[in-house]
Parts: sequence; structure tokens; C-alpha cells
Amino acid sequence: MRKLWITLTYVVFILLLIIPLVEIVRGSWSEGWSGFTEGLLRQQSLHALKMTALIVVIVTVLNTLFGVMLALYLVRAKWIGPRIKRLLNSLVDLPFAVSPVIGGLMIVLILGPSTVIGTFFEASGFKIVYALPGMVLATLFVTFPLMVREVLPVLQEIGAQQEEAASTLGAYSWYTFWQVTWPSIRWGVIYGVVLTVARSLGEFGAVLVVSGNIMNKTQTATTLVYQDVENFNVVAANGVALVLAAFSVGLLLLMEWAKKRKEVH
Amino acid sequence: MHIEVRNLNKSFGDFHAVQDVSFDIKKGQLIGLLGPSGGGKTSILRMLAGLESPSSGDIVFHGKRVNDLPPQERGIGFVFQNYALFKHMTVYDNIAFGLKVKKQTKEQIRERVMTLVELTGLKGFEHRYAHQLSGGQRQRVAFARALAPEPQLLLLDEPFAAIDAKIRTELRTWLKEMIERVGITSIFVTHDQDEAIEVADEIMIISKGRLEQKGSPWAIYKDPQTPFVASFIGESTIVEDVGALKGFDSAAGKPGTKALIRPEYIEIGKPGEIRLASAALEANVKHIHFRGSEWLVELEVGSVKLVTYRSLEKDVLQPGDRVHVLVHRAYLFNDQESWIQENSLKEDPMPIHI
Ligand SMILES: Nc1ncnc2c1ncn2[C@@H]1O[C@H](COP(=O)(O)OP(=O)(O)OP(=O)(O)O)[C@@H](O)[C@H]1O
Ligand SMILES: [Mg+2]
Repeated sequence: MRKLWITLTYVVFILLLIIPLVEIVRGSWSEGWSGFTEGLLRQQSLHALKMTALIVVIVTVLNTLFGVMLALYLVRAKWIGPRIKRLLNSLVDLPFAVSPVIGGLMIVLILGPSTVIGTFFEASGFKIVYALPGMVLATLFVTFPLMVREVLPVLQEIGAQQEEAASTLGAYSWYTFWQVTWPSIRWGVIYGVVLTVARSLGEFGAVLVVSGNIMNKTQTATTLVYQDVENFNVVAANGVALVLAAFSVGLLLLMEWAKKRKEVH
Repeated sequence: MHIEVRNLNKSFGDFHAVQDVSFDIKKGQLIGLLGPSGGGKTSILRMLAGLESPSSGDIVFHGKRVNDLPPQERGIGFVFQNYALFKHMTVYDNIAFGLKVKKQTKEQIRERVMTLVELTGLKGFEHRYAHQLSGGQRQRVAFARALAPEPQLLLLDEPFAAIDAKIRTELRTWLKEMIERVGITSIFVTHDQDEAIEVADEIMIISKGRLEQKGSPWAIYKDPQTPFVASFIGESTIVEDVGALKGFDSAAGKPGTKALIRPEYIEIGKPGEIRLASAALEANVKHIHFRGSEWLVELEVGSVKLVTYRSLEKDVLQPGDRVHVLVHRAYLFNDQESWIQENSLKEDPMPIHI
């Protein structure tokens, strides 16, 4: 019986992961090396990959800063009442519950060009929706819980006593954070970063809605793959997908490593 | 440093954890905070440290109100119950932490840390991490770390709670010596009354958020001011029916009066052993327990149960033996008052004049 389950797991694993991956590799190489490079070196491919990289970097930096900060406030701040903490705590999970497409739609509805806020920003020359800021915002929305959910339990577990000890020894919060808190949450944060990178690399729905998918302007790697598939440009789609997949495998390995370190510390 | 606390209160939500606590501590004294669990000892200590802010009341160090001063600026050292060592730092770095914060030079830090390492007997352990130390060693690191920046007041929250009985006695003697040598005002919390009695210059008994009594261990033992203190310090049994005891008739007349009797207030002997036979009661030995250096004897006087000690040098009693019991004194209390009374029959009722 147990053997059957194990076999079944392998079958599902192969069906869902390995076969598509092999197909992607085959597809991207079906016209040889030149077909692969041609698909990848198109202007829109390079631009889309650049956009994706840009979003990943910005979102990861912002999410790390805000995620760690929010986790610290939720666990440590005395001036936030327990009720508000509970409310914020459940709000953090909202992006897990809401479909990314809906998340993107909310951003369009609030900040789109036809809204008050959107018009205000546009008037001052700062476009949000159908531009990079909106895409960053959408990706940030989707990835926000990842960092908070990694760091918060670690903070809860280590407790406030080491930090309190530091304060009685004369250390103020900034010094205490770097000398006492950071070494304990470091691996949690790194794991959160890896998760955030992975998620923002692959984000599709929210970005599609917010970006408008304008080629060479607001197109990301994932939305480009989508468009290529729509246009039956299978070789190019596979090429870009392969690049994304390669990154994912790399991240997966990194994740395993970070997870191990996290458990040790 | 001289410490004054005036009408200190602390509420957590609608729970009143510390109620109207006031006290004074003279410079250089070692004070023991003693009381049952949940009494508010830690809360008081944390407010002194600035880790918790009082709901009302004043905390005054050296004549200066420090309520609004953050912990960083109060010049205190705090030893936490579970030590709270910085777990990713070595012993050396733990002790050096408070000095680094003060931006002292490397040489100054080195010198001070090594002095403390020597003082606390941690030589050779400087490069270990907290998890590579025994409980007693951790306790010393926590102590050295708190002392390093030369605080004016040392606060210790159950510093020996996690240490076994044998090392505990060693450590507390060590701690007392150390504190005397450094000459620093110190307050320590404990559950263990022997510890408080042995180490402290003065004891404060805290119960249900109130300061029941403050005084030297002897004063508290000899002259407890509330029934709670009387029953909390030392061993004792409460006798509801004072009339059953010979020699306390005047108290039995006051309605609702109960007696608290310590084992050391009671003398027992085989018939004839007690000189003041007229004051003695007849009793039945119920159980005896060996207590290492003496016997603990449980007695029954009619329906009243009493407990006392008996020296190992005397004849061994057996359960069921008939003995004579003399109650020398009792701590008596009712709703209005409490007092200590000597057995009135001890002055021989019919003195013989020669
Ligand atoms: N942060 C808090 N929130 C709510 N209640 C608290 C908090 N801290 C303490 N209390 C309550 O205040 C009371 C006093 O707590 P405190 O820790 O001062 O007791 P203690 O005398 O140190 O007890 P113990 O000897 O068990 O350590 C307890 O009933 C506790 O439940
Ligand atoms: Mg406590």
C-alpha cells in the first residue's frame, strides 16, 4: 500500500513537473541554438526580462524592509493595542486569500487614470497604472505576506528578553536591532527573500491587469510568454520560459539551503 | 543608589497587578522580594528598570524622578530569570556588550571584561557560547554582563531559579559576597524564603500586588504584621479553636480569633519531661517524619493538629505514643487585629515563695 502511494507520488511529480520542463527544453531547442537565441534576443524579450529583473529587485528590497518592520511592530510594539495587532495580523494574509487578478484590479480601481488619486499623480507627471510603479505595487501586494510570515514567528520565538537586556545595558533600538535581533532573524529573512524573488519572478495575474501588457513598455517575462503562446510563437515562448525555469530551479536549491540554515539557528 | 518608590500602581488591562506599593531602599543594601507566584514581584522589578511603565506613582533614584527615563539611562543592571544571554555572542562579547555601547576603547573593554571574568570564576570560558555553558555558569555570565557598565542598582529576577539546590546555596553565598565587595544597591526576587532570609539585609513580602511588610528577616519572623506574613514565613499550622490550647483563654474570649503556631513554639516530651506540667496538654503522636537533622512530629490534641520538631538526641517517638505538649506562644489574629501572645500559664500559677 505504501509502495503504491510512493509510486503514485512519483508519477504525479513526473507528470506535473518533469514532463513540462522537458517539453520546454525541447520546444526552445526545436529550431536549434539559433532559434533559441533568436527568441531570446528579440527586443521585446530583452525588455521583458529587464522589466522582470527590475520588478524583482525593487519588490524584494521594499518587501524586505516593510515586511521586517511590520513583523517587528506586530510582535514588539507596545503602543499598538492587541485588537489592532490582531486586525493587522489577519490583513497581512489578505493577499493569500484574494486572487492576484483581483489584487491587480483593486489597484486599477483605486489608482487608475480615471480615479481621483490616479489623475492627481498623472498631473504631477507620475504614472502608476500601466507603468512600472503599478506593476511594482501589484507584485508587492502579492508577495507581502511572505516576509512577514517568515520573520514574525521567529521574533515570537526568541522573545523580547534579549532585547530588553540590551536596553538595560544602554543600547538603543537601532544598535539592539543589528547586534541582537538581526542575527536571530537573519536566516528567516534570507528565506523570505528567496520566496519573494521566486514569487515576483513568476507573478502573472496581478501584473497583467495592472500593466496592460504593452510590448516593450510594461511587458514582463511572464506576460511575454503568455503573448507568445497566444501568437503561436511556441519556440520563443519556450525560450523565455526556460530562462524563468532555470532561475526557479536555482532558487529552489537556494531555498533548501536557507531552510537548513534557518533550522540550525 | 538611594531608591524611593511612592504609591506605585500597575494595571494590565483591568487587572491590577501592583497596588499602592511604597518603599525606601538605602544605598548599598541587598533587598529580597519574596512572595507567592503572580504576586507582582517581576512587575515591580520591571518598572524599576524602566521596562514597564507604571500606571501611577513615582520612582525616585537619588532624589530624581525617573518615571520618564528609558531603561538605557537609568544606570541599572538587570539579571533575568532565564538569563537572556545574547545567544549568538561568546561569553566575552556578552560581558563586553554594555561597554561597547558606551564606546569605550578596546583596551578598556578588555581590561574590564577580564576583571569580571576573573571575579566570576569564568576564566577559560571567554570564547564559549551560552549553549555551551552550565546553568550556574550562565548565571555568572548574566551577572558579569549586568555589572560590566558599573550600574548603580542591580535587579535580579529569581537569579537562582534554574539551578539545582546544591549549587544554589554556593552561588547565593558567592553573590552576596560579590555584591558586598562591589557595594552596589541590589534587589533580588525569589520564591525561596530560606534564600531571602540567608542573603538579604531586608525582605519585602509581596502578595496580590501589595507590599505586606518590609523589614529585616529577623523582624519579619519575630513580628509579622499581617496574618499572611505570619503564615508565609517559616512553617506554621493554623488552629481555629483557640480554646483547645491551654494558656490562651483570654484570646479564646474574642470571637473569630485564630492562632498560628510554628513548630518551634511547641515543646513536647514524654509524660514528666516537661517542667511546667500544669501548662501542658495531652497529645497523641500521629506521624513522624525523618527530616535529615531532626524528626518532624505530627500531633493530635483532641481535634486540633499541631506540628513540631524533635531532636534526634532524644528518645524516638512512635505513632500512637501519648506525649505532653507545651505551646510557648502563638501568633493570634482576628479580623481586626493580630498579636503575639505568650502562654499565660508559663508564669507558674502558684509561685512558691521561700
Ligand atoms: N504583560 C502582562 N499582561 C497581563 N498580565 C500580566 C502581564 N505581566 C504580568 N501580568 C500579571 O500580573 C501579575 C503579576 O505578575 P508578575 O510577573 O509580576 O508576578 P511575580 O510575582 O513575578 O510571579 P512569579 O513569582 O510567578 O514570577 C500576574 O497575575 C500576571 O498574570
Ligand atoms: Mg516573576
